Amino acid sequence: MEEVIIGLEIHVQLNRLHSKLFCSCSTGYHNAEPNSHTCPVCLGLPGSLPVLNRKAVEYGIKVGLALGCKIEEETLFYRKNYYYPDLPKGFQISQYDYPLATGGQILIKGDDGERNIRITRAHMEEDPGRLVHAGTIDKARYTMVDYNRCGMPLLEVVTMPDLRSPKEARSLLDKLRSILEYLDVFDGNLEGAMRVDANISLSGGDRTEVKNISSFKGVEKALSYEITRQRNLRRRSMKVVQETRHYDELRNITVSIRSKEEAHDYRYFPEPDLVPLRIAAWVPAIKSTLPELPDARRERFVSEFGLTDDHAKSLTSEVKVADFYEAVAAKAPAKLAAVWIADVLKGELNYRGLGIESFKESHAVDIVNMLDSSQITEDVAVEVIRTILDKGGDPGGIVKAKGLGKAGDEAVIRAVREAVAECTAALADYRAGSPRALNYIVGQVMKKTRGRADPGEVHRLVLQEVERA
Amino acid sequence: MLTELREQLKAGSAEDYLEKLFETIRRSKINAFTTLAQESALQKAREFDKSPWPGPLAGIPVAIKECISTAGIETNCSSRILQGYIPPYDAHVVERLKAAGAIIMGKTNMDEFAMGTSTETSCFGPTRNPWDLERVPGGSSGGSAACVSAGEAPCSLGSDTGGSVRCPASFCGIVGLKPTYGLVSRYGLVAYANSLEQIGPLTLTVEDMALMMEVIAGHDWRDSTSASQERWSFVQGLQRGIVGLKIGIPQEYFGEGVDNQVEKATWEAISRLEALGASWQQVSLPHTRYALAAYYVIAMSEASSNLARFDGLRYGLRVGEDQDWHTTFSEIRARGFGPEVKRRILLGTYALSAGYYGRYYLKALKVRTLIKNDFLRAFKEVDLLASPTMPIPAFKIGERINDPLSLYMADVFTVPINLAGVPAVSLPCGFAGQLPIGLQLIGHHFEEDLVLKAAYAYEQATPHHLKRPEVA
Repeated sequence: MEEVIIGLEIHVQLNRLHSKLFCSCSTGYHNAEPNSHTCPVCLGLPGSLPVLNRKAVEYGIKVGLALGCKIEEETLFYRKNYYYPDLPKGFQISQYDYPLATGGQILIKGDDGERNIRITRAHMEEDPGRLVHAGTIDKARYTMVDYNRCGMPLLEVVTMPDLRSPKEARSLLDKLRSILEYLDVFDGNLEGAMRVDANISLSGGDRTEVKNISSFKGVEKALSYEITRQRNLRRRSMKVVQETRHYDELRNITVSIRSKEEAHDYRYFPEPDLVPLRIAAWVPAIKSTLPELPDARRERFVSEFGLTDDHAKSLTSEVKVADFYEAVAAKAPAKLAAVWIADVLKGELNYRGLGIESFKESHAVDIVNMLDSSQITEDVAVEVIRTILDKGGDPGGIVKAKGLGKAGDEAVIRAVREAVAECTAALADYRAGSPRALNYIVGQVMKKTRGRADPGEVHRLVLQEVERA
Repeated sequence: MLTELREQLKAGSAEDYLEKLFETIRRSKINAFTTLAQESALQKAREFDKSPWPGPLAGIPVAIKECISTAGIETNCSSRILQGYIPPYDAHVVERLKAAGAIIMGKTNMDEFAMGTSTETSCFGPTRNPWDLERVPGGSSGGSAACVSAGEAPCSLGSDTGGSVRCPASFCGIVGLKPTYGLVSRYGLVAYANSLEQIGPLTLTVEDMALMMEVIAGHDWRDSTSASQERWSFVQGLQRGIVGLKIGIPQEYFGEGVDNQVEKATWEAISRLEALGASWQQVSLPHTRYALAAYYVIAMSEASSNLARFDGLRYGLRVGEDQDWHTTFSEIRARGFGPEVKRRILLGTYALSAGYYGRYYLKALKVRTLIKNDFLRAFKEVDLLASPTMPIPAFKIGERINDPLSLYMADVFTVPINLAGVPAVSLPCGFAGQLPIGLQLIGHHFEEDLVLKAAYAYEQATPHHLKRPEVA
């Protein structure tokens, strides 16, 4: 089958900044009254002038460095001219020639193992406002504009067409988000924090651009739809038309919005109200503040704590989880902690739609240590985690209140004797040469001790008892 | 004169003075004002009379060009598309005027969005030249120049993108300065061509100019192109004289296309400067002949982008029933902009289009650098340059408005100054019959002090500035 070729343009809101890109309006507009976070500058009132937020540029450079990009000596802002009601100046201040950062790469989990996806460039621009339609976009009687988002600092990261499947595209987005959160420049939980334009083609064919997809899942779905659509066209010997398409999330289809002929001529020219910015000198200081990034941390987790690569990867993809793990590993056996956090706790949190911040580090430390010293069994540990998440409490208290401490030797021995005596059929099977029948008896013992016995120990005792009987 | 006026107002009544101005304006045929801030200005004047405040412009009324934002006072750039727009904020220069004690008296007529040389493209109709009501006052700051010349305001602010302060100063027989690019904050000036323009005062005397400049010049963090020095001193050095000053006469600014009387008056002025102790020599600014073309490409390109925001959605003109977005905003722009503005938007859009950008806009930027280098080279040899401000005296209303190219040609000696970013003043240097002639003195970047010192020496030695039009 023909090869799928995908390149992404990812618009990242640098939403950990406190003020907008060209004015001092607050970025904390989520849940605020429409048009309450505006001023003459971000409303583009006549006579207002932009003043560049230095910190936003620093954040942009930080991301550029983290992606292995070359930071330009001098960077320039341009006007991108087009008319739209969410754009109060009739142009967007963006970058064109001399962007902040060029080159670079992101390591992703590809369809055939790990692979570097090349980054073309990363440049800064201002976010437009937001249109709110009274009803659906095609039937709305009127549309309202909210300029709160207008002027939010965006970083546009552009990849080379190196991606080969929707899954790889998703993988790249996950990784980028991970890096951005490590850098503390981005909060992916806020609405509209990351928006994607995807360019897609089948080898030998023209490409289409699907614009403004606002969720990771949406990117995967839109791309899958586009691949099917383009393949179907090809099958029927029809040509893919180079055009811009819109992804309709509700109907899960893409629809044409602009042909190649209707493509905008943005008439880029240098923004005369901003001066060229020499940023070369800023780089060393920013470089020195770069934190350890996910890939490096993953390698360190393997070498420092002796974790498997899978565990290390699972624990480092989110910076909060990695921090959590390191805090726990400092006070409890590291390998055991890795297994329990990566395999159990993350799953339980995920199931409940919770983040790692919903669980206390000290509780994890207690649980891992109790497991390590055989005070509780694995089954009990799972129950404790679930109880904490669903009802609250602390591990010690829950174990005590529920009587979940490991069963004493006598209780276990009593349970073993009872089980062997009761399970006559299983015993007969075992003696007839079926060793696995023993597992049934072990299960009965675990039931009698309500999971508080160590299964390995029980297995040994059952075997002993069976041989003796 | 402003200094004396300030003392008079302090001793007398700012309210009476302002009332008299408003009365003159009401009876005037000049049409210099678009909006009079009578209520707020008189209120301020009464407060001043009750307890006078200090400040270099204490109690002095100032007229402001239509394109400079004034909080609470309509700012429409003499365009239908902005009618009814009341800015929620003051331009930096207006803040500074108020802080200096001045009273904002009203807004003055201009060419629509500062696009013109005659103040004829205003949606409020033309402003008339106080020296001859059949003639234009120059432009685009025609209202600001005419009101000062006619005695309807003691001083005013204009803006100069390619001569828009100096041209009307020349035609109306007063003093007008285009400061060095970056000396005065543009925050609040509705942009025509951002990389070229500066706000500049229009006054009756050079001393008044120095005083006004001390108030409005200086750093503003809201304008990224604003120079870093906080305050500037201009008045103190005015009387130092010009002995030993070297003046360059750019040969390209004389000869063909220059009115005989203008050329004669300019040479007389040069002789007078020589008599005052300066020396002069010919210099060459060889790229002058490319200046107009480069200027209009750059100005129109920037303008096409600057004016994109006027869609009637948030402020300004609304027409008819709202249709869909494209229909509505096209209709508003079709009705809101006048023909000259449309012409410049179209030309600018064309110049920036894919495939033409390199041929026009980038090329114009290169020419701009060459022109700037012409000036830098000249200022290695001389301290100042002297030339006519305009090649001709004021022309008749309607005489050129249908021939845009001949109007553009009139800017030939003023636009190179904006391209180079250097300062230049225009001051009266004689008359062609009834009509004033302006002398242009051009200085090196941030050497307004030198320009003003020479202008002052010349003014004090000549009577031209003392003659006022009959209407005044």
